[in-house]
Amino acid sequence: MAGPGGDMQWCFSQVKGAIDDDVAEADIISTVEFNHTGELLATGDKGGRVVIFQQEIENKNLPQFRSEYNVYSTFQSHEPEFDYLKSLEIEEKINKIRWLPQKNAAQFLLSTNDKTIKLWKISERDKRPEGYNLKEEDGRYKDPNSITSLRVPVLIPMDLMVEASPRRVFANAHTYHINSISVNSDEETYLSADDLRINLWNLEITDRSFNIVDIKPANMEELTEVITAAEFHPHQCNTFVYSSSKGTIRLCDMRASALCDKQSKLFEEPEDPSNRSFFSEIISSISDVKFSHNGRYMMTRDYLSVKIWDLNMESRPVETYQVHEYLRSKLCSLYENDCIFDKFECCWNGNDTVVMTGSYNNFFRMFDRGQRRDVTLEASRENSKPMQVLKPRKVCAGGKRKKDEISVDSLDFNKKILHTAWHPQDNIIAVATTNNLYIFQDKVN
Amino acid sequence: MISTMECAADAQSLISISLMKIHNSRTQRGGIKLHKNLLVSYVLRNARQVYIKEKYAEIYRMQQYEEVMTVCNEIQELNPLDLDAEDAEDEEQAAAHARTSSAIFGCSSLDDCSKEPDPCYYRSCCMEPSPVPHCDQFTANNSSSSSHCNKTTVLDLDTHVVTTVENGYLHQDCCCCDALQCGQGARSPARKRKVEFSCCVSDVEDVSDFTAARKRVKREDCCYSNIDYTDTSNISNLISIFGSGFSGLLSRQSDLEQICSKQVLASLGAWTRAIVAF
Repeated sequence: MAGPGGDMQWCFSQVKGAIDDDVAEADIISTVEFNHTGELLATGDKGGRVVIFQQEIENKNLPQFRSEYNVYSTFQSHEPEFDYLKSLEIEEKINKIRWLPQKNAAQFLLSTNDKTIKLWKISERDKRPEGYNLKEEDGRYKDPNSITSLRVPVLIPMDLMVEASPRRVFANAHTYHINSISVNSDEETYLSADDLRINLWNLEITDRSFNIVDIKPANMEELTEVITAAEFHPHQCNTFVYSSSKGTIRLCDMRASALCDKQSKLFEEPEDPSNRSFFSEIISSISDVKFSHNGRYMMTRDYLSVKIWDLNMESRPVETYQVHEYLRSKLCSLYENDCIFDKFECCWNGNDTVVMTGSYNNFFRMFDRGQRRDVTLEASRENSKPMQVLKPRKVCAGGKRKKDEISVDSLDFNKKILHTAWHPQDNIIAVATTNNLYIFQDKVN
Repeated sequence: MISTMECAADAQSLISISLMKIHNSRTQRGGIKLHKNLLVSYVLRNARQVYIKEKYAEIYRMQQYEEVMTVCNEIQELNPLDLDAEDAEDEEQAAAHARTSSAIFGCSSLDDCSKEPDPCYYRSCCMEPSPVPHCDQFTANNSSSSSHCNKTTVLDLDTHVVTTVENGYLHQDCCCCDALQCGQGARSPARKRKVEFSCCVSDVEDVSDFTAARKRVKREDCCYSNIDYTDTSNISNLISIFGSGFSGLLSRQSDLEQICSKQVLASLGAWTRAIVAF
């Protein structure tokens, strides 16, 4: 594994998506996820489509070209639906994609919109059968009386075809909007979480699921918080966490009881009273929670910061990184233009030494935990020459703006990076702007 | 405690913005987003708390001004040549008001209020403001150019209190005593609001909002669990639900604050009417 993020330099590799400034809403990327080997990279968009990119195998041995990804498969995962009973339109936007560990030649992934989770099988076909006895080549049936001899059909090579087929549809289990799915380490079950409930599914069984968390109050008028994200522990199949809009994280053990309403651990940091404002509740709402690969830590993202928690210490995070503290004085404007409700995600690198998250103006940030360094980089078409090294960016919060710095008021809040992903075994990152997917790799000397 | 940098003017605009967001969320694709609306309701609550505190401070300042004026008038009375007939009339009305207000609010509210750590806020809530400044306020807000204030009926969406303002005098049709009794008992917030509301409805003025609002209360319990998806009635339904909903956001202390603040809220004039207009 290459060195820490602070010393490392990042180069542009590829950008996927339309160049148009006029963004079609359906093309807005809503989720990005590498599979377990990093060979496949899936994106979901607001139009309900999934696009899978595959790493170019031939280039694996050429370090500077190992981050070349090409389109592997595209399919329509979800369609818009209408719930007639509730007079409610169900968006087709893909909220999350999660890959299953590979068991055979085919790849499987779960994709979800607000209401329905689907299990997709992505398989390759590079041979086709030829020489049927009863069928012509074009598929027409032969007259049996005309057959005078028998032959065994043979498989002949054909152009590679990647097929995506829905194998399971997990529907009608969520009243509220699904925000997370997470595959268990047992590779048999997975959880899905909406605003108030978390359900446990078996991947083979679609007609029933177990409710394991229910925070819906008896009287909805007493609602004070909702579930914002949930994830299974990477190794302990009985453990999962869920975050709330109040900035708390609850770790639950499914062995304790069938309904995990009572947490095993509650992670919460007391609010700093000097920072109290109208928007304190909004900015403390956690938008993403991710376990580290080694399972010892978890990371949470709220509006202004990233926090690393040791699972053995509930009282406060062990590390806190400010993503864009200069926005604290702008919260009122961000509330007016709805940006304060943006849900940023975060991710770990393969060996849990660096964490990454997005920001505005197409900036994204990396924090090196070991070296205590951080860097701000930009995903833009201007910096998209092949292997161009990304220059660190700096935002000037106030006072005299230095050369190459950008002032807070010049930031483009329409250009936001909400979704990022880090290759599980390599320094390759995928960063989604509104409708483009940027792929960067570390600089090879 | 909200930072002192936030002032009442910001609070007022935040309240409007928040209500507009809730209104717009009804027409968004995919249904009402529970998480976002919950967060908006927190901002609404915070802004309202700041706004009410500012109003208390303002009323207290007005009160101090009145007291000074009263003393001045008394001094002037010693000199019959300077007696102003209008002032005497106002004084009489003020006295009548004080009697009315004590009848309405009772002693219990004073006791409750005085327990609060910051008595200057709550003292003012139990006293009627001078009709003169109120009249000016309402005159300014009313489109009519009459020097007298018109009769205005205001629905406080938070507490469902009906307040009628006639010629600058406040009459509250929801009995605060009843509300206090409700609040002091161990009753669920939903029921408390229902009782308050039924008080109001019995004294209702001929405002069409109330007939709709009455139906809303009946539907509220069964409707709220489906609020995300089946709320197809008008916006004031949603606001009334949000106004009376999320009672978990309110501590007991702020409940008392609410009761004492009814009068303050009733005097909020233009922006309250704007909410009613929803």
